[in-house]
Amino acid sequence: MTEFLILMKSELMATALIFILLFIKMGGGMKNGLLLQVIQVLLLVNFITGFFFNKEGNLFGNMFHTSALIAFQKNILNLGVYLIALLNADWLKKTDHLPEFFILMLSALLGMFFMVSSGNLLIFYLSLELSSIPVAAMANFDLHKKNAAEGAMKMILSSAFSSGILLFGISLLYGAMGTISFAEIPQHLDSSPLQVTAFIFIFSAFAFKLSIVPFHLWAADVYEGSPVATASFLSVVSKGAAAFIFITILYKVFQPMQELWYNLLVTVSVLTMLLGNLFALRQQNIKRFLAFSSIAQVAFIVLGISSNDHIGITSVVYFVLVYVFSNLSAFGVASVIAEHSGKENIDDYKGLSKTNPFLGWSLTLALFSLAGIPPTAGFFGKLFLLTAAAAKASYWLIIVAALNMVISLYYYLRVVRAIFIDNNEMPIKKIQADRSAELGLVICSVGILLTGIVSWIYDFIQSLH
Amino acid sequence: MPNTTFIILILLLPLVSFVLLGLFGRKYIKAGSGIIATILLLATFLVSIYTACHYFFEYGKINGVYEKLVPVKYTWLAFSNGLAIDMGVLLDPISSMMLVVVSLVSLMVHIYSLVYMKGEERFSTYYAFLGLFTFSMLGLVVSVNIFQIYFFWELVGVSSFLLIGYYYDRPSAVAACKKAFIVTRFADAGFLIGILILSYYSGTLDFAALIEKLTAPGSTELGNALSASFLGLSALTWGMLLVFMGAAGKSAMFPLHIWLPDAMEGPTPVSALIHAATMVVAGVFLVARLFPVFALSAPEVLNVVAYIGAFSALFAAIIACAQTDIKRVLAYSTMSQIGYMMFALGVSKYGGEGGLGYTASMFHLFTHAMFKALLFLCAGAIIHFVHSNEMKDMGGLRKFLPVTHFTFLIACLAISGVPFFSGFFSKEEILTAALNHNIAIYWAGLATAGLTSFYMFRLYFNIFWGKEFRQHGETRREGGFAMKAPMILLAIGAALAGYIPFGKFISSDGKALAIPFELKHAIAPVALSFVGALIAAWLYLRQNNKPQKIAASLSALHQSAYRKFYIDEGYLFITQKIIFNIVGKTADWFDKNMVNGLVNLTASSTQAFSFATKKMQSGKVQQYAIYFLGGAILLAVLFVYVWK
Repeated sequence: MTEFLILMKSELMATALIFILLFIKMGGGMKNGLLLQVIQVLLLVNFITGFFFNKEGNLFGNMFHTSALIAFQKNILNLGVYLIALLNADWLKKTDHLPEFFILMLSALLGMFFMVSSGNLLIFYLSLELSSIPVAAMANFDLHKKNAAEGAMKMILSSAFSSGILLFGISLLYGAMGTISFAEIPQHLDSSPLQVTAFIFIFSAFAFKLSIVPFHLWAADVYEGSPVATASFLSVVSKGAAAFIFITILYKVFQPMQELWYNLLVTVSVLTMLLGNLFALRQQNIKRFLAFSSIAQVAFIVLGISSNDHIGITSVVYFVLVYVFSNLSAFGVASVIAEHSGKENIDDYKGLSKTNPFLGWSLTLALFSLAGIPPTAGFFGKLFLLTAAAAKASYWLIIVAALNMVISLYYYLRVVRAIFIDNNEMPIKKIQADRSAELGLVICSVGILLTGIVSWIYDFIQSLH
Repeated sequence: MPNTTFIILILLLPLVSFVLLGLFGRKYIKAGSGIIATILLLATFLVSIYTACHYFFEYGKINGVYEKLVPVKYTWLAFSNGLAIDMGVLLDPISSMMLVVVSLVSLMVHIYSLVYMKGEERFSTYYAFLGLFTFSMLGLVVSVNIFQIYFFWELVGVSSFLLIGYYYDRPSAVAACKKAFIVTRFADAGFLIGILILSYYSGTLDFAALIEKLTAPGSTELGNALSASFLGLSALTWGMLLVFMGAAGKSAMFPLHIWLPDAMEGPTPVSALIHAATMVVAGVFLVARLFPVFALSAPEVLNVVAYIGAFSALFAAIIACAQTDIKRVLAYSTMSQIGYMMFALGVSKYGGEGGLGYTASMFHLFTHAMFKALLFLCAGAIIHFVHSNEMKDMGGLRKFLPVTHFTFLIACLAISGVPFFSGFFSKEEILTAALNHNIAIYWAGLATAGLTSFYMFRLYFNIFWGKEFRQHGETRREGGFAMKAPMILLAIGAALAGYIPFGKFISSDGKALAIPFELKHAIAPVALSFVGALIAAWLYLRQNNKPQKIAASLSALHQSAYRKFYIDEGYLFITQKIIFNIVGKTADWFDKNMVNGLVNLTASSTQAFSFATKKMQSGKVQQYAIYFLGGAILLAVLFVYVWK
């Protein structure tokens, strides 16, 4: 019993939080501002407890697996959710259904926890659904906005479509080898065409979650329509979770097909990088811009995964941590600005540094980190991913990746330029953001600076597996 | 070796300056920030000098050879088995010399800026950025491993971006800092790939270990790196070529030089620091740092270094002759002189007499830092006085700016290689080295020497002689003592630095090298320098129309030199026309036509669906689904049939 409690600690915590919020909702009568503070404290407690009592083990006949590394991965997701609750305070305070939003988000988080821990394709499928469906509802949270409804609709349709293909792949695999357990699949793999097809269909579900080209199309529309809180959840937490389980599935389950998926990952990663960057060049809306930039970022994660060794795992987990800080910070600034001025275009950001230096600098730091400029953590994250990928010594790949870092610098600087340099007759007015949003930005900025310089974080992740 | 942990102060002090002024400068210590930064830098300089002297005269030499010593080392990250990333301080002859150069020039610039930048609104921010730059540059020169150098290399790029873009309300400054950042970042992409290749094959990041593994004949690492080939060249060749690409980007070698002239938009003292003495020579330093690998294992790459260096030297000298903006003349002159250092390395061999080029290159780096920083500081004083960068607004300034006039003249004599000034000695060594190894490069160097003297004296006569200068409105005066003092100090350096017996301290293999001096080799360059100076005097000493006449008769050459041989236009054409139009538009076309076309094809089957979702404005979801399915099927087909 205690073993059960300890191993499923993260899941139980998330469930407990969901119930607490349900009771609060039923009790009613709590003002949004106070309620939000309660939620923030609860999430912080959840994050802190995530560091303790982590051990390795299996449950339910190997359907559920956890380890120190997995617990840490889950805690990165916890951190993401906590930061989202802080950074989007301005918007959250005004929404009519605050508890519901967090109930949905925590349900999706619960789904991700199970997904990261899954030891069986069935659990994996179920948890994947649990982690997607609530997000569609979250995407539609600005109930009065038409494009929010449109985004949510697109999200749910594409996600259903993706699930269909995933299920098809799983059933093909089951048909070919009669098992869906992660432990048993590797023994039956022989790279027959049927298995390859099945693998690729399963892969496409990951590609959808990670929005890898050509499975990325839904992302920009959904990000644009949905509230920033949802968009940031989708682009950071959801992608992080998918990347974590992707590693497990590739390294443990499909290891015998290693050569095939190496080629596959390299192909899609190059495509994703190129297209993500080319489209990001032309975006005007900041949320669409971040959507495409995060598509390009994920391509680097995929590149790191392709290395198929310890360094790859460490580098990906490290990069996701860095990415949580950088991307959430960028989205956080966008959220504050959208909430107070209703402006979402990059052109509107012109002159931001003069009226709101704090927001301007936070966003700049985040963009520098995304562009991989030292001394920010993003520099180290990208460098480690590239080093991991370079272990295979595939020159073209590294060349393309390095060139893409230059292209991305170009468009990130475009935003920085708008913030600091371009003149604007009507810049965004001085904004008094919520205290907790400011706290969130400070945490992110500190994270961006420290995660890179303080090397023991990488060592710590390395030591977990 | 004595206890030397205090060396870390060299890095910490400028960092403290940056953090202190960056956090509190604007609000609390606005006016005092210049003084604080200068004092911190003075301390840095003293520690650097002390360290360098100690190294050279006390513990550096072991059995007659200067060894690489690592007094401070901290394992930053154990990346994987055997591949650890260290941060630390590496002391060897070149890093000790660079410590002195960087901290000295930075100190001079700090002092000079006290007057020059006075009254600027973001005065303390400026000093904070200077601190950051100095920190990163010092970190770069003492790097113990290739990862550390890359980190500081990029950090130098960031801080110079911030400094060039200091006047961020000027559109041209903004464009320039962006250009500098992106061009050097492009080159750095090559550098990064080179690092990855080298570390992959040598299995280490540490400079000492890397050099040892990649130069020891018969070592497995070297064998692997030489036998792996890609596009007809060995992995080692690629690695070194790409590392050189990074070096060429930072050091503004052709064809990656386009950012340097534009970077003159930054404040002039910044140009003195970044574009004369420190950042731009980082590339030369990098090649020198890895010199044994270049010389022993990748001589073909060293040849590339030599030819690119020689070409850049000559090419930039030609362009410099036709520029009218004084800072741009100096920028091209810098490029030309760095080309000198590069080709000196390129023609050098490792060890013994053949290593003359290496010593000469480092010598020239040292003397050049003095006279070029001085030239930029003088240019600052002139611009401060005239309020213009254009030569036509100047003339006859010798009466108004006596100190500037005198120090500028010394720098001119030094850079032109007039005997007994510092540039003469280092240039002589370089040309001797080139003559011994590659005659074509020697001629290029010789021609450059003549041109250098011409364009420098053209500058000198145009600024200080020629037409009489008329004061408009208020009477202006030469800058204060804080501006003159650094100029005078550097002028002393520019005059006397040549008497340092460099061969005793710096050579390719650490052993003392006797520098041969042959009078017959000195005749041709000195004669050419005098000819260049005389032509300049004939053309520009008095106001006349000879230059225009000559320009007219040589109009095509003059035009293309003035337009910098249309290099920028070429880049613009490639980036704007080719990349944006062809690649960007193709993507756009693909987006509009292919996607829509695909949808039209399947319109009948998706009609019902599209009806149901018609209320959505775009109706693109079915398109997404088709893409999704198409992508999955395409990948399946690809991996089942084609790419088994």
